[in-house]
Amino acid sequence: MALQSGEKLPMFIGHVWSKQKSRWTLLGLRLLAFLAAAAATLVMVLNKQTKTFVVATIGTTPVNLTLTAKFHHTPAFVFFAIANGLVSIHNLVMIMVDLLGSKFDYKGFQLPMIASLDMLNLALVSGGANAAAFMAELGKNGNSHARWDKICDKFGAYCDRGAGALIASFLALALMLVISFLSILNLKLVNSSSHNSHNNIIALPN
Amino acid sequence: MAKTKRIIITILLRLLAFGATLSATVVMVTSHESAKVMNIKFSAKFSNSPTFKFYVTAEAIATGYGLIVLFLSSRRSVDRLIMILDVVIALILTSSISAALAVAQIGKKGDSHAGWLPVCNQVPKFCDHVTGALIAGFVAAIAYLVLNLYSLHVFLTPLFPV
Repeated sequence: MALQSGEKLPMFIGHVWSKQKSRWTLLGLRLLAFLAAAAATLVMVLNKQTKTFVVATIGTTPVNLTLTAKFHHTPAFVFFAIANGLVSIHNLVMIMVDLLGSKFDYKGFQLPMIASLDMLNLALVSGGANAAAFMAELGKNGNSHARWDKICDKFGAYCDRGAGALIASFLALALMLVISFLSILNLKLVNSSSHNSHNNIIALPN
Repeated sequence: MAKTKRIIITILLRLLAFGATLSATVVMVTSHESAKVMNIKFSAKFSNSPTFKFYVTAEAIATGYGLIVLFLSSRRSVDRLIMILDVVIALILTSSISAALAVAQIGKKGDSHAGWLPVCNQVPKFCDHVTGALIAGFVAAIAYLVLNLYSLHVFLTPLFPV
């Protein structure tokens, strides 16, 4: 595959991508990841529990204290909701690009952009899920050294719903890992055709 | 010339990441302080919190990996494996730093809704030590992210004039 000097070697051939069976696998995985991340966001944002405690009794009338547990009391859960929201939007946009994007000319940037964005969103969802997981562990077990009481025995439903959101987010994380590797593998498949021309090109005068 | 430049940039990034992970591990492990508050001995160590134990484990794994890869980074046969492992290590680093930051923020500001008091007033030197370790871990996570993107760029741009 010797080229004349001055001719450009095409790096990414866009339409090789669209005829492969792995395209539908990737699309299905993206749909699942979108659903998992969206479910995690929704469950966390709508997570709220109110409980009334009796703190003292004056004479015969009890003194009540009403406490509410909301997700935005904890910054880690806010970060979790934002991260999962961003990841679900990313997957939605990638699905649309895959289905409707063949009309636009990306000048060879489509596949590397998809791979880079997948890696960045992988890091984002991993950070959000792990921060919320350790904060939930703190709420469940408390920390006797720092004199922090556990709160899950009083707010059981809040903790259960939070656990559900965490499970959905870890599922989205596993799916994003597979999607990211598949995107990078797609780069390799298309680019390996230009590897053989390496030796020919280096010998050309500059 | 371009090939040497690439090798130099990659090795510099790996050295930076290795130094950052090493310092994060060491600073977190050596952080302990005892305070006496009203006759009660109050001692703060990193092993009191499972989150910080996870942080030390993750940074130690990244340090060991960085040391091994520094000696192997120019071999062609393990190139692709190293790219994949770099992504995995970057993932581990970002998760550990975000988890440790979440717990450290509670330690500094407390959580008034849960009735958790901040501990940094009793053990200020411990808090400063942990902050230093977290900053080093943050630098390591960003260095690995930049390294991943740069490896992707190197992989996609074969060395010939376009």
